[in-house]
Amino acid sequence: MSIPAPWTAAPAPGLVRGLLTSPARAAAVVVLIVLALFALIGPLLWNQPALQELGRALEAPSLSDPLGRDRLGRSVVARLAHATRLSLALAALSVVTSALVGGVAGVIAAWRGRWVDTTLNAAAETLVAVPALLIVLLAAALADGSLLVLYVGIAVAQSVEWFRVVRARSAVVLAGPAVGTARMLDLGTWHVLRRHLWPELAPVALTLASFGIGTAVLALSTLSYVGVGLRPPTAELGLMITEALPFWSQAPWLVLAPVLVLAGTLLALLGLRREEAPA
Amino acid sequence: MTLSPDTGAALASPSVPGATVGPDASSLPPVADGGVGRAVLRLLLRRALQAVGVTFAVTTACFAIMQQLPGDAAFRIAAGRYGYDFVTAASADAVRGELGLDRPAWQQLLTWWGDALRMDLGTSLVTGADVAHEVLHGLGHTLQLAGLALLLASVLGIAAGAAAARRPGGGVDRLVGVWVVVARSLPPFVLGLLLVVLMAVQLGVLPVAGTGTPAHAVLPATTLAVGLSGLVARIARDAIVQVSTSEHVRFAQTRGLSPSAVVRRHVLRNVGTTLVAYLGVQALVLVEGVIVVESVFAWPGIGHTLVHGVFWRDVPVIQGTAIALALVVVAVNALVDVLTLLLDPRPRETAVIP
Repeated sequence: MSIPAPWTAAPAPGLVRGLLTSPARAAAVVVLIVLALFALIGPLLWNQPALQELGRALEAPSLSDPLGRDRLGRSVVARLAHATRLSLALAALSVVTSALVGGVAGVIAAWRGRWVDTTLNAAAETLVAVPALLIVLLAAALADGSLLVLYVGIAVAQSVEWFRVVRARSAVVLAGPAVGTARMLDLGTWHVLRRHLWPELAPVALTLASFGIGTAVLALSTLSYVGVGLRPPTAELGLMITEALPFWSQAPWLVLAPVLVLAGTLLALLGLRREEAPA
Repeated sequence: MTLSPDTGAALASPSVPGATVGPDASSLPPVADGGVGRAVLRLLLRRALQAVGVTFAVTTACFAIMQQLPGDAAFRIAAGRYGYDFVTAASADAVRGELGLDRPAWQQLLTWWGDALRMDLGTSLVTGADVAHEVLHGLGHTLQLAGLALLLASVLGIAAGAAAARRPGGGVDRLVGVWVVVARSLPPFVLGLLLVVLMAVQLGVLPVAGTGTPAHAVLPATTLAVGLSGLVARIARDAIVQVSTSEHVRFAQTRGLSPSAVVRRHVLRNVGTTLVAYLGVQALVLVEGVIVVESVFAWPGIGHTLVHGVFWRDVPVIQGTAIALALVVVAVNALVDVLTLLLDPRPRETAVIP
């Protein structure tokens, strides 16, 4: 690819228009919006995820409780809304954090080169061999059920990926003739960042972010499911699946609801990814 | 769970040869001087450094966990040695003096690193078993499961990928595309549960969990393989399409070589480099999958041991299993590097323009 000179570069298509290029992506966007609305408004509508009414244990879905009640008579739709909010909020937070930390470190490494690059890259090359789930598990051992430490663990695990991608992309742009010309014209750091690096990094960032959210949601629920993440009575997708599993034949909707939210989120995030050019 | 498998494919755009991200040949050092032998040596040295770095990072993290554990470590270790009923302040003090638990943290950290350096993994805080023995025992089970899953995924994935590549954009291709997306978006533990409910509880044809007979391995291996097969299918499809539309293959066809000869002599080796390069990524996916799937199916591998270690805050066990899993990834990557170099010994540029 020849790096387009800034004066010939076509304006990037709008983000929204770019997102709606195919029916699959449009559907993915709709699913994500619905999930986000559920996470934002749901907890306000059904605001008592921990209220137990033991007399109503395993009640079937009804109009007032669209997903019925769990084994302790807690409203499943309320728990699901709170769990979705928790997962998506944690995922968004860790993606923003890792994008900032990894992205800034990547640009700095590519920009400064020399020992800064060598040091940062050595650290990243070490961490990249450690599976993300392993890092998060170690964080879980440190966390003792604390959400904050889990968040840090997930963010650290993801920063490595951001760093590697951003560094590799930035190095190519920064070494290209366009940036060389800009430097000779004395256009300044801000210009290079905004007009040369950002247009190259933005589409990659979208892909990385969509994967990052999926990874974070999955990590949180997996940890809770195997029993080393968040603790009951927190409303969390993985915990809800664990708690509902013994009743799957009596009340299958208990298991299905969190599974569908989880699979829907991951599926929609995958569908969001930019279509690759036909090979 | 990892970003790399699909982002690797998505981001390793064909644009700038030096800018590819992920497990591509460009991440290898140049084979410029000294030939393949020197290059292999340099690669192995780099991976050895990585192994040391990984061990160091995991060990340090485990020390932090140890320091952060609630209660008095001396009492805990004394309880482990003498039994909970025989712990007195005197025995705890004896342990504290013997192990130097009253020293400042940085001195203890040095001792901790020294132990790791001597490959002394210690004993479990819960069961008192030798951690090195536990890890080796579990590793066998884990490798068995992972190998089976990898085989299954490769057969399924390459077959699906090859079928899809026959007519890019056709019906089969789209079907495989859907399969790839669904396989990637089903969380491994959910898939495991589905399989258990369907095959073991409803149909009753396979055991729910545990080990012992070959039948016990079917469900966990399938769970792992389904997730992985999507990735393999996608990579195989793209590689086959790319290679078979390339100029050298078209030239071979023009020369009048039979289709089978073209596949054997021109397609396979070139597709092979891509598939091998992604083995490293698959190792990452597989290790993460193993941790989850072993826990779901109570398979006695190191992933299961690790999760138990985390649950009980059994730091020596966490350390031993985490190091083992990370080193497996490094070892697979070293193997991939060497294989790639042998399959494709062409000179290559360094990863990032300096």
